[in-house]
Amino acid sequence: MNLAVLKTVKMYVGGAFIRSESGATAPFYKKGTKEEIARVCVASRKDFRNAVVAAKAGEKSWSTKTAYNRSQILYRMAEMSQGKQDELVNLLKDTMGMTPAAALKEVTAAIDTFVYYAGWCDKYQQVLGAVNPVAAPYHNFTSPEHMGVIVHIDSNSFSLAKLVDNICAILVGGNSVVSIVSPECSPVVTTLGEIFETSDLPPSVVNLLSGDYKSILSIISEHMEVKGISFQNEDKAEYYELRSKSVDNMKRIIPNKLDTRQSLDLVLDFVEQKTVWHPIGY
Amino acid sequence: MTKKKVIKKKATKKKVAKKASHKISKGMVFEYAPAPESTKVEILPKYGNFIGGKFVAPKSGKYMESRNPATGELITKIALSNASDIDSAVKAARKAYTETWSKLSGMDRGKYLFRIARIIQERSRELAILETMDGGKPIKESRDVDLPLVAQHFFYNAGWADKLDYVMPGKKVKSIGVCGQIIPWNFPLMMAAWKIAPALACGNTIVLKPAEQTSLTALRLAEICKEAGLPDGVVNIVTGAGETGAALVEHKGVNKIAFTGSTDIGKHIARTAGKTDKKLTMELGGKSANIIFADAAIDQAVDGVVNGIYFNQGHVCCAGSRLLVEESVKDIVLKKLQKRMKQIRVGNPLDKNTDLGAINSKEQFDKIKSLVKQGKTEGGEFWQAPCSLPTKGYFFAPCYFVDQSGSASISREEVFGPVLSITTFRTPEEAVIKANDTAYGLAAGVWSEKGSKIHKVAAGLRAGVIWANTYNKFDATSPFGGFKESGYGREGGRHGLLPYLEVR
Amino acid sequence: MFDVSIKVPGGDKITIPHFPIDMIASNERAKSFTTRSIKKDSKMDALLLATSMVDLTTLEGMDTPGKVKQLCGKAINPISPEIQQRMSKYDNFREVPKVAAICVYPSMVPYAAEALAGSGVQLASVATAFPAGQLPLDIKVADVKRAVKFGATEIDMVIDRGAFHCGKYQKVFDEIIKVKEACGDAHLKVILETGELKTYDKVRLASWLAMEAGADFIKTSTGKVSPAATMPVTHVMLQAIADYYDYSGKKIGMKPAGGIKTSKQAIHYLCMVNETLGPDWLTPDLFRFGASSLLNDLLKQVFKQVTGQYYYDDMFSLD
Repeated sequence: MNLAVLKTVKMYVGGAFIRSESGATAPFYKKGTKEEIARVCVASRKDFRNAVVAAKAGEKSWSTKTAYNRSQILYRMAEMSQGKQDELVNLLKDTMGMTPAAALKEVTAAIDTFVYYAGWCDKYQQVLGAVNPVAAPYHNFTSPEHMGVIVHIDSNSFSLAKLVDNICAILVGGNSVVSIVSPECSPVVTTLGEIFETSDLPPSVVNLLSGDYKSILSIISEHMEVKGISFQNEDKAEYYELRSKSVDNMKRIIPNKLDTRQSLDLVLDFVEQKTVWHPIGY
Repeated sequence: MTKKKVIKKKATKKKVAKKASHKISKGMVFEYAPAPESTKVEILPKYGNFIGGKFVAPKSGKYMESRNPATGELITKIALSNASDIDSAVKAARKAYTETWSKLSGMDRGKYLFRIARIIQERSRELAILETMDGGKPIKESRDVDLPLVAQHFFYNAGWADKLDYVMPGKKVKSIGVCGQIIPWNFPLMMAAWKIAPALACGNTIVLKPAEQTSLTALRLAEICKEAGLPDGVVNIVTGAGETGAALVEHKGVNKIAFTGSTDIGKHIARTAGKTDKKLTMELGGKSANIIFADAAIDQAVDGVVNGIYFNQGHVCCAGSRLLVEESVKDIVLKKLQKRMKQIRVGNPLDKNTDLGAINSKEQFDKIKSLVKQGKTEGGEFWQAPCSLPTKGYFFAPCYFVDQSGSASISREEVFGPVLSITTFRTPEEAVIKANDTAYGLAAGVWSEKGSKIHKVAAGLRAGVIWANTYNKFDATSPFGGFKESGYGREGGRHGLLPYLEVR
Repeated sequence: MFDVSIKVPGGDKITIPHFPIDMIASNERAKSFTTRSIKKDSKMDALLLATSMVDLTTLEGMDTPGKVKQLCGKAINPISPEIQQRMSKYDNFREVPKVAAICVYPSMVPYAAEALAGSGVQLASVATAFPAGQLPLDIKVADVKRAVKFGATEIDMVIDRGAFHCGKYQKVFDEIIKVKEACGDAHLKVILETGELKTYDKVRLASWLAMEAGADFIKTSTGKVSPAATMPVTHVMLQAIADYYDYSGKKIGMKPAGGIKTSKQAIHYLCMVNETLGPDWLTPDLFRFGASSLLNDLLKQVFKQVTGQYYYDDMFSLD
């Protein structure tokens, strides 16, 4: 008898692959079966808190990089995911029960998404910013800046490409992110983490947790260090709860935009616009 | 040397007098005689709401008093509206949205806005006087700052109405529907313009609730909309107090709430509206820092500090209420600041020479007094300009606290009055950290003649508007709005249209 | 720009501190005084005060003894007895003062001295190779000495802008020192010719240099270069005077010259002086207007204030 070794899919926080501090895990069954093929970590409140602390450190290193540098790092993610294409395809086949063609299509879409956003890093400022012709002798310009630590709550319905899309859109703006990957997607967390880890992205810029966001929804919404939330589920009650509970520090709560992918307005959602005035004179 | 004879002459030139015979040895005390603006504006004894293109009595049957804060005199009565008044207004706005406004071409919407802009320019004197009577701000500010900006906002946004495809490149945009807008008392008409102009340009219809203390110019704007032939129901103005605003926020027919005002009320609104799909923009409070480096143009920096905190009695969300001075120039800055503050003329807002008008309401007056009283118990030094104040009305002389700790009330709380907090710093990094040490992020000022330093510091400041070597400048083309707890969304410029559009 | 080190007579060194000025903010501050609204008694006070501050000027190639003598008459009696009499019937009649001074070229000084004798009106002469100043120092000094000798009680000198622009601040300073010596008891006004200095930083530096060198007044312009006096540049100089007073305790006078033609402008200048330097400076001892056509406009407004009637254009004589 060949007994399979069940792998525990680790989370990626602060540049390290970790288990939940609580030790909690959950079985992951191959899609549509009762066959347990892996164990995934279930992030605790404390894991979330630690991830935000890490992300705060990541914000500084990431937001101060040059746009060109950020662009290259996102492109590096595309390169690294290309190298892991087979691994990802197999993972999707094994865990999601996808056909080889469907899995390949999904992985290819994810890789393209990295490429798409890599190209935005050094351009979105030009498109989203402005030089404003004020009616007085002042140079006046508006440019988008990073917002801070953003929490991404992944969609319940599995899509690797959408997950990558959401994370990249947040990264383009210079933000750091804590993504709570949906149970459906959690088997890919480690592999995705490895892509970020090996792409020259400073540690802590992207932090990937797995588990059940519902149990920590109020912690997320009330965390004062979190400046914005990308909420990718369709549950209205949860969305309203997030919106109304996150008011203490006026978080920006961006709802799910189901059909929008590879789009600049997703970047726009997580930038702050700063306008600078300076007199023009001798 | 110090006691020089002013005119000296040689004794040989005997025919020339020693001194000019008209010499006024001590100089002349040049008192400025009162120069009151005339108050000849027509004001009705009471005003209803503007709903569906008509002025109608409130269903509530209730009215409230509108008083001049500089004199306490009753100006008129305005409707104290209830939820059913709001309901009528929202229905009128919905009808106008579906039947007319959303069907009009952008060009035609723009033409209406251009018309409104022109009428405002033509009636600006009347509007400025009314604004000053109603709110207590100096006539020179309502005349030279508020009104020009009001007209410019309509004029600027008018031109966008047929060019919305250029707002978000590569994307399609669409109007949102009925917008509920709630505005504060510090820049009554200007806030109305900032709200109404972009919303209309983007194809939305409006229910606007002005502040209860200052509704008169908004009602006058309703007349102007009518005069411009704006289709009925596109703009509806409903006056009232907190419950009126709450009814608007809670109304199911409203697609968007745009709010400018206090952080407390803003958060309350965000909580309420958060439980719905309503889109939100929020422009809340601030505790903005004005940073003076040793290499600044000191005289202009001092003017900027004065303009930053004492403009409009300090009733400015982006007021530069915290002054951070590089320690090496603290003494000269304070010396010049005191000298400059002594020149501020506090008094009748309708007098053209008044620099600092009346505090907007008794409530605000009491709040300022109590914060200053508390501030005096929290260490540091207090200085107030020695100026004579009118005996009637609510007036507060400009003042500052120096060297209080960063945790003192005056350093952290939005006073919304002519009260400045001054502390020192040593390095640029320290200045940025101190400036960012606030829950707010609306604005900041930086004063230095070194360009690279300006840019580095501006990049580090977490605020939506950075005034470098200037302060409190506004323009219809320039986006305004905050980071952090100062709110979200921008007003002005291309960015000011986005909150009134759905991007697809 | 940097601090400038200057050697003073006796060998000591002084520092003229670099003091940057932001042009736009400074202009805005200056403009703020133009919204001051001066009415009723204040207006009357201001008009009469401004009249007493006029340096009534003629600086033309075609100046003649006749012209200068007539202008001196105007300086002593700005308003004709006939008009004066008409005005005196009104309750709020106020005596119109003499102007502060007559300002003429050195060659006209003897004629002016004669005409002004005993009047109390000062006699100012532009010297030092006015307006360009592009002559050797000995000639400039001789120019000054001659003017003083013939009766000038005030000397309006020009600085060497060429030297200033090429950084020879010591030369500029030394010239002022020499001219001041040549003045003797005569009052020295130092013309910076701000229209040629262009930037406010340079205006500030030149102002301080002149004050340290012994100027009794600093003056904006010759009137031969455009722009001449403007409120913004005068404001920069007023602030320099304020700071110099804080630093040294010396009250230096200010004279904007050229371009001030209306009473309204003059009143705005007075508001600016009042709010920048304070009422101590609201005296002809410390503030002057270098002007010619301004005087008649002031008189017209005085007439209007006293009588309530509007004037006719030719009511007040040319000179």
